[in-house]
Amino acid sequence: MRILVVEDDPMLLDGLSAGLGLAGFTVDAVATCEDGFAALQAHSYGAVVLDLMLPDGSGLDVLAFLRRRKDATPVVLLTARDQVEDRIAGLDAGADDYVGKPFDLDELAARVRAAARRGAGQASGELTWRGVVLDPARQTVSLEGEPVSLTRREFGVLRTLMERPGATVSKAMLEETLYGWQEEVESNAVEVHIHNLRSKLGSGFIRTVRGLGYRLAEERA
Amino acid sequence: MTSIRSRLLTILIASTGLVWLFAVAWIYVSTQAEVERVLDARLTEAARMVNSLLAERRIELAALAGDDELPATEFQTEGPSYERQLSCQIWSLDGRLVGRSEHAPDGRLTEAGSGFSESVVGGETWRVYAIENPALGVRVMVGDSIAVRDRLVGDVVKGLAIPAVLILPFLAAVIWVSVRRGMSPLDRMAQSLSSRPATDLRPLADDNLPEEIAPAVRALNGLFQRVEDVRDREKSFTAFAAHELKTPLAGLKTQAQVALASKDGEVHENALRQIAAGVDRTSRLVRQLLDLAAVEAGDRTPEMQEASPVEIVRQVAGELPFAGERVRIEGGPAPSARFDPVLLALSLRNLLENALTHSDGPVLVSARKAVGAVEILVEDEGPGIPVDELPRATDRFFRGRAKSASGSGLGLAIAKEAVARMNGTLTLENRKPRGLAAALSIPAVE
Repeated sequence: MRILVVEDDPMLLDGLSAGLGLAGFTVDAVATCEDGFAALQAHSYGAVVLDLMLPDGSGLDVLAFLRRRKDATPVVLLTARDQVEDRIAGLDAGADDYVGKPFDLDELAARVRAAARRGAGQASGELTWRGVVLDPARQTVSLEGEPVSLTRREFGVLRTLMERPGATVSKAMLEETLYGWQEEVESNAVEVHIHNLRSKLGSGFIRTVRGLGYRLAEERA
Repeated sequence: MTSIRSRLLTILIASTGLVWLFAVAWIYVSTQAEVERVLDARLTEAARMVNSLLAERRIELAALAGDDELPATEFQTEGPSYERQLSCQIWSLDGRLVGRSEHAPDGRLTEAGSGFSESVVGGETWRVYAIENPALGVRVMVGDSIAVRDRLVGDVVKGLAIPAVLILPFLAAVIWVSVRRGMSPLDRMAQSLSSRPATDLRPLADDNLPEEIAPAVRALNGLFQRVEDVRDREKSFTAFAAHELKTPLAGLKTQAQVALASKDGEVHENALRQIAAGVDRTSRLVRQLLDLAAVEAGDRTPEMQEASPVEIVRQVAGELPFAGERVRIEGGPAPSARFDPVLLALSLRNLLENALTHSDGPVLVSARKAVGAVEILVEDEGPGIPVDELPRATDRFFRGRAKSASGSGLGLAIAKEAVARMNGTLTLENRKPRGLAAALSIPAVE
């Protein structure tokens, strides 16, 4: 899942990029409101992690910007001012969750996942499709109860597909969820990941919809 | 403990008692004199009356007729007990007792010819008035006993003193109640103060106060106001500090968790590097917070001395790591200024650190004489400060858009506060084509 992190402290921003990356997210990191607006206009994110005190304004401005556009992207606020009134103000402004600094990285990742899940209308964290169970929290996949080992990118592709069961997902969208700005997209990377997934989960698990993209197969081929 | 109330009570009761004693003594003395005067007048009156009665032959004295054998006539006197104590003797000029009042002593009352005298007769002291009547050849003596006189005076004084003594406790009670009532505004004030929690610094009501207490209450309210101000400043400072410390702590924790979780050598190493740099930055932040707190609290009175500030510049530059090669101090004789070395060093250190972290080039320090002041200029070749951020650049915790990884937003605030404590100013200006010029202006020695 591709997420946006807006945090002005360079060390924390670097840590969040690395840490949330390890938790399976594709992280776009920006340090100002202005860059945040630009990123939100250019891409669609699974979730946004937003610091409140930014050098050129408040994170609440970014939140308001999102909600004005009727964009329901889940937002987790991050702040050192974790008084009850601040939390209430943040949640009332349309945030989905609120984490006080300093926080636990795993907890933050779990909260981002939970917010994203609620945004997608799922009750359980696990995604299931025809004997394949994907656990976004533990980043594990099993087939008929047997664990399957996947790379980070393979996991990302599978997750994007399993979050939209039955829908066709374009190659461009898969690339978008896989790669942040700084990363170079290899031209046939998605095809390679799909190929690997098929060999691990069964060749009929993912179908190619010619000219449109990929979707999960309804029944075993 | 000294209590105004008990002191007032002691003073009032003691002085009232003393005045009372004086009054009683005075009354005793003057009453005695008055009673003596009245009794003397009575003696005179009585003697004259007897004398005139004799002259008009209202009293017949047998012995006076010349018969020596006849006993002295005894005449009756009547009246209250004091009256009866008055004794009268009539002696012939040749020394015979020719008449006397009832109970009068047998012995001659006085040897004196006429007028007042005192004598002891029959073991008793008498005061006697005598009149000589040469026509009749008699001497009339009227006397009364001194003991009786003393009893009389004593009775009068007793009549005055007993109510006075009985009144004293009542008077003391009245004084006690009055003092209590008089002190009640103080009691009320003490009560309202002692029942307050430590956080309650509302001013005391200062209307309807006795004018003796009003200055104390106003002074107290002034103190409350100052304490409140200091506390507010500390509260906002603590809140700010907590807020500013939480972000680097969150960064440290996140990086530590990344280091723990990552198996990728490069990510691992980067996280550890970030932690090391973060700890440096956070400890500098803590040091600056303490500096700022100390400067703002004004614990220390500046110890101003007159010297050239260049020596301080050299010393501060020498203490900064890696500053040696980059800080250039412009030569020339530096003007003498009035400054506190500790505050100036603090101010300069923060300006130099600021210049060194925001630029890579040389940092130029120079001192020059201005009108009534000496200006110390710290110039760097960094990006400067955007014009719209210049006015806020010295606010504490303000970090502009172009912030560096190691800045705390405190350096310029400390520099400004420290120089202000020496009656100086800090001015920031962007240089052309790039860089920032920070000017410390401190009082010059004329």
